[in-house]
Amino acid sequence: MSVSTTSTHRTIAVEINGTTYERDVPVSRLLVHFIRDDLDLTGTHVGCDTGSCGACTVQLGGDAVKSCCLLAVQADGTSITTVEGLAGDGELTALQRSFHEHHALQCGYCTPGMLMSATALLEQNPRPSEHEVKVALQGNICRCTGYWNIIEAVVAAGDGGDS
Amino acid sequence: MTAVETEAGRLQQGSAVGQSVPRKEDNRLVQGQGVFFDDMKRHGMGYLHFVRSPYAHARIESIDVSAALELPGVYGTLTGDEVAILTDPFFQIAAPPGGHVKDYALAVGKVRYLGEPVVAVVAETRELARDAAELVMVDYDPLEVVVDARVALAEGAPVLHEECGGNLSYSGVWEWGDVDAAFAEADHVVSIGELHFDRFNSTPLECGGALVEYNRGTGQWTMYTNNQFPGFAAIMMGPALRVGIDKLRIVTQDIGGGFGNKITSHPQLVVCCLLARKLNRAIQWTEWRTDFHQSMSHGNERWFEDTEVAVKADGTLLGFRTKAIDDAGAYLRYEPLSGVIWSQVAAGMYKWRHIRLDFTQAMTNKAPVSPNRGYSRMQQLWFTERVIDIVAHTLGFDPVEIRKRNYVQPEDMPYETPNGCVYDSGDYPRALDMALELVGADMIDERRAEAASRGKLLGLGIGSTLDSGTNNFGQSQLINPDLQFSGNNEVATVKLDIFGEIVVTLGTTPQGQGHETTAAQVVADILHCDVDMVHVRVGHDSYWNSHAGFSGTYASQFAVTGLGAVKGAADMLAGQMVKLASMVFQCPEEAIELAEGFARIKDNPDAALPFMALGAIPNANNAGFPEDPPTMNCRYVYRPFFEVPDKERKFGNLTLTYSMQIHACVVEIDPETGVSDVVDYAAVDDCGVRINPQIVEGQVMGATAHAIGAALWETFAYDEDGNLLTPNFYDYHVPHALDMPPLKTAAIESPSPFTPLGTKGMGEGGGGGIHCICAGIQDALRVAGGAIVTDSHNPYHRVWELLQHPERSRETVEVTST
Repeated sequence: MSVSTTSTHRTIAVEINGTTYERDVPVSRLLVHFIRDDLDLTGTHVGCDTGSCGACTVQLGGDAVKSCCLLAVQADGTSITTVEGLAGDGELTALQRSFHEHHALQCGYCTPGMLMSATALLEQNPRPSEHEVKVALQGNICRCTGYWNIIEAVVAAGDGGDS
Repeated sequence: MTAVETEAGRLQQGSAVGQSVPRKEDNRLVQGQGVFFDDMKRHGMGYLHFVRSPYAHARIESIDVSAALELPGVYGTLTGDEVAILTDPFFQIAAPPGGHVKDYALAVGKVRYLGEPVVAVVAETRELARDAAELVMVDYDPLEVVVDARVALAEGAPVLHEECGGNLSYSGVWEWGDVDAAFAEADHVVSIGELHFDRFNSTPLECGGALVEYNRGTGQWTMYTNNQFPGFAAIMMGPALRVGIDKLRIVTQDIGGGFGNKITSHPQLVVCCLLARKLNRAIQWTEWRTDFHQSMSHGNERWFEDTEVAVKADGTLLGFRTKAIDDAGAYLRYEPLSGVIWSQVAAGMYKWRHIRLDFTQAMTNKAPVSPNRGYSRMQQLWFTERVIDIVAHTLGFDPVEIRKRNYVQPEDMPYETPNGCVYDSGDYPRALDMALELVGADMIDERRAEAASRGKLLGLGIGSTLDSGTNNFGQSQLINPDLQFSGNNEVATVKLDIFGEIVVTLGTTPQGQGHETTAAQVVADILHCDVDMVHVRVGHDSYWNSHAGFSGTYASQFAVTGLGAVKGAADMLAGQMVKLASMVFQCPEEAIELAEGFARIKDNPDAALPFMALGAIPNANNAGFPEDPPTMNCRYVYRPFFEVPDKERKFGNLTLTYSMQIHACVVEIDPETGVSDVVDYAAVDDCGVRINPQIVEGQVMGATAHAIGAALWETFAYDEDGNLLTPNFYDYHVPHALDMPPLKTAAIESPSPFTPLGTKGMGEGGGGGIHCICAGIQDALRVAGGAIVTDSHNPYHRVWELLQHPERSRETVEVTST
């Protein structure tokens, strides 16, 4: 469905948080910059330039992916969820509430990426163990919390936070 | 697991202070609705990218920006030659020789470290700015490089700043007590050849940056940025840009971590300001991670040479003498303040009274240092803890007993140190007992045997540490008598608005410390209303009336200075609300109380004015009052009482409060590989009254993670040519979720007698994790050659070397007994 406009630009269509965006983008543009700069969905963050930190994590087709490691054109035709897509009508998800209750965030910069990695985990494994949570979050760096409260928050959010 | 012992007795049922109130900040941050500087846009803004030096030391022969300027979409450039015309060099904190440094926002004539900004390029998009930067041609003439502070001070070393006549930035001898007499009295003198505190920093996840606008009509700049010390930035930038402070509006909102590393971004902000004016458009600068690692705010690397410790036969420590050599990197952006800051904790947690420390700071071809969580005190505290454990190891004392014997005791509080600092309160021996219990130290022998049966080495380590907070800036005069800074202050405003909203502004720049929440807790208790009724504005704006010269968030002081200002302003507002209610009810003020969100007559609670009515009167409904109703808009400047320290004796109280942490860990080492595994860990904190225990614990855990990273993985390593070998998160390994050991925390509350709320500043943790992991490794190696840990950074290959050649470190330690 892509239409090439110039040799350096392409038109892409991406569904993000239920809305389909059709945009002409430079082929060199990273997906994370497309999300942040072109679509103003600034909840997705950038913390490194080597794919190490995970602050840019989004769900693409349900999987947690680092949006700095994809070009925007590679996301053409896909369905993406960003942190802005988690809380419907302002109602926080069990995971978001659990982060709040467990003091799992301080500066909040890594938080969107942590939430997206953990959301993907909980969809695939609704009641993860502490170790499974650590493995799922190993691609996400947090410099404020030391991770302990984040891990607790994700474990507690298992099965919708009922545990 | 959290165990809390409290002495406070202040926590009343129903009061907000002392409760783990869930944070007000979280709702926006968990939805991606925080506003960080990089989230903002302006019409027509240009993206800035820095061309950086590929050499650690070189003369700039020529710069050609023409190819970059020809690229469609490039808006303009800025070079060092322009900066040298348009600005004055930054004010230097140092006296000569360091005071002769000429530091500009871009390299002028020379580059002095790899990654130094040389040219700034502005273009329509991030990608284009980066591409255009590649087209800038810079010819360099490489110069000889010096990356070792010890070498930099030697005769014949290459000189970074010719105008300084060498690489020395500051030197001073600090001596208290009668050191010679102490050594004459000693039964043992322990000599330690060399100790090295490594270079790292806290690497906040959000890098530096700003969105800067220039108002051509008024000559004012507005900087939306994540600088964490706007008071300092404005003082540095105004004279450089040749404008008054009123032309510099510094705004912060959400900040993605700081840890001190975002204090010295004033050079980059000046570049943004110059380009916003030159190109007449908003400038957006977002630092890349590699740029951050190469150029922003490394922590102070420090050597301790020829240390000698005077010890009595019973283990009583009398004193020490040593020579500290500090590495400032290429420029003095906040330095040489580290040359005095260490002395806030000169004695560590111990009662030795005779101290001599010869402090020398050198400039090297590495990134400039500036404050990093635990700034300069962490190095000194690591030194004192290393000394204790080396003395214990060498003379056969138990590390626990020698600490307890020499700790400042609870009955000594408040305790005046040999250099006139006052430790306000605390019970160090009890905290040590708690930490040891949490890591199961009573079973350590059994655990050693069990580990040995698996071929592993097990060690127990202790890290005693202080978090001195609320600086007396008069200490700057101890390194430069001509400076005109002293004391400290912070500002807050609290007002009652038209619809009864309680609105608070802070002078601070929170980066995750939860100031909106804790400030609301304090205000709610004073106004007797719900925390949800208190609206604390996000971030800092130097155009609010809550900005002062020391405004910012740094150096463990918010709970004292920030909340002291909040309390002062809220007390004023409470008084005004009572007064206005008494005017309305025409009764004495004593008859009025604030309760449950109303101002009411004590004996007749039905006669009650809601906050909304009170707020409306001065703002919109003030007819009929015979005298002016109070404004309901209160500003308070909190100022701790300090004297300027005695410059001759280098004596005086340098910080108002001393939080304390005791860390303890159990380390297991695989002798085949040298890999250290921290298997148990505990941190016991005492920061006086805790406004919000959950937030305090979060700070303890975060500082612990930083220290564990620094002890085992994180280092800014340079090769001899000045290339940074760890410029990203691949090579600079920060802890990940899988790296973290189990952590137990506990708390004691010993209220500070010197602060408005009994609080103490905290959050830096004093590197306790570094100290205790070093101690744990040394203890584990005791049965495998008895190597001495002499470095703060102990990755597996260094531990492996200690295992292979224990004699090398042992030979650096000698004992002379009489």
